[in-house]
Amino acid sequence: MTVPKYWRKIDAHYRLEGIRCKSCGKISYPPRSSCPYCHSKDVEVVKLPERGKVVSFSLLRSPPKGFEGYVPYYVAVIELENGVRVFGMLTDVFSPDGVKEGTPVEAVFRKISEDGDEGLIHYGVKFRPIG
Amino acid sequence: MSAGENPVVLGTGLTKIGRRWEDSLSDLFAEAARQAVEEAGINPQALFLGNMSAGVLDSQEHLALSVEDGASVFPLVPAFKVESACSSGGSALVAGYMAVKSGVYDAVLVAGVEKLSEEPSDAVTSALAMAADSDFEAYYGASFTSLNALLMRSYMRDYDVPRSWLSEIAVLMHKNALDNPYAQLRKAIKVEDVENSRLIADPIRLLDCAPTGDGAAALLLAKPELAKGVDPLVELSGVGVGVDTIAVNGRSSLSDVPATARAAKAAFSAAGVDPKDLDVLEVHDAFTIMAALAVEDIGVVPKGQGAKFFHEGSAERDGELAVNPEGGLKARGHPVGATGVYGAVEVVRQLQGKSGKMQVPNAEVGAFHNLGGSGSHAVVGVFKRRK
Repeated sequence: MTVPKYWRKIDAHYRLEGIRCKSCGKISYPPRSSCPYCHSKDVEVVKLPERGKVVSFSLLRSPPKGFEGYVPYYVAVIELENGVRVFGMLTDVFSPDGVKEGTPVEAVFRKISEDGDEGLIHYGVKFRPIG
Repeated sequence: MSAGENPVVLGTGLTKIGRRWEDSLSDLFAEAARQAVEEAGINPQALFLGNMSAGVLDSQEHLALSVEDGASVFPLVPAFKVESACSSGGSALVAGYMAVKSGVYDAVLVAGVEKLSEEPSDAVTSALAMAADSDFEAYYGASFTSLNALLMRSYMRDYDVPRSWLSEIAVLMHKNALDNPYAQLRKAIKVEDVENSRLIADPIRLLDCAPTGDGAAALLLAKPELAKGVDPLVELSGVGVGVDTIAVNGRSSLSDVPATARAAKAAFSAAGVDPKDLDVLEVHDAFTIMAALAVEDIGVVPKGQGAKFFHEGSAERDGELAVNPEGGLKARGHPVGATGVYGAVEVVRQLQGKSGKMQVPNAEVGAFHNLGGSGSHAVVGVFKRRK
């Protein structure tokens, strides 16, 4: 991934941002310049809730490049407290039965991947089970 | 879509799918294109080529003209690469349909080609993950299989579907492919084999997945006046495309693929047929779960009944509706950008009565389904044998 491609999305990745449409009121993720529901360009960036629950998940064992070191790792669709859904990795899952559909999770800031020895280190939000 | 007369199919071509180390993209294209063009007896005026990953895996963009020139099966004509991830082949067929039906061209070659054996599997996994959102799915470690796994888990929960019913889909596809000379995996398997195979992205196991391979398929579409003495004559009666969000988290349900339903509705409406009229159906079973979802979203069975339809034997060649009688993506193989054209060619050959041991008796109406991304882009095409 190039530096500009990464840097353009830093706020969204680091702060878990979405947009709120001032026209129809809906909140969506990821941030776009127009509302995906009503297509108004009158949108503002908002911080999304940091808590939610697992909608569906997979324990991934055959990874894409750059993720070999995490195998096996969980990916999931998370429904945040305001109903907005995001895709992300789960972390700090210490029990083999630690994740189920409906498991409550919270966002934590983590390293996501590295572009080789001399490349960028990518950061962002992962989700960990609560309690 | 209406306007002009429906295009007819004058020639088809397929290559055997597999690790074709000796063959370049042009070689594969040449093999399929030559069969289609020679059978048709006319040269195309344009080429619409489906392909997903030649740039990243084979260092070749400008692909359609590149393979046309490299193959030199017919004189150079305007050439267009059409890309929509795994549905690239289906999208190429839609482009070819529009080109002939509109009267812009009298005859076009629709083809698909893909080479996945050129790079090691992590590079292929990364290339295929480009079907997803690079900033918000692949960035967070998604593989294409893992995104489909989210749907499989959700579907099994929502409709209380036993794991074994999905395994049985793989078993049926392998059984069907035993008779298919073009298939990549000609090997019978059992339910236990699927359920003991390696986990790729839980709950998806290795034998739930279509293999990655190299292959090409081609089909010559023309206006009906050019079909002199062709019997039986098969027409492309309608196509439909349905789309949805690029990322899975943008969808409210993970237990269906609304894009498929939209594509099917448009295609059946254009063709003037109903799912009940189908004699043969080719669905995009890149993973076993996708076959179950496809028969539901296409409208063959109600929601939640797809896996059961396979379990009860209704999808076998002599069942209620033959689904993937050639083995589907699961066993015939899935050379990504060519897959949609394989499905179309298989339907056409069924309607022509040319499918040998795989033949569904008296097939007159058939459809193919091709899916790109984790349910983001669907194509359905309906073919009919002309009376």
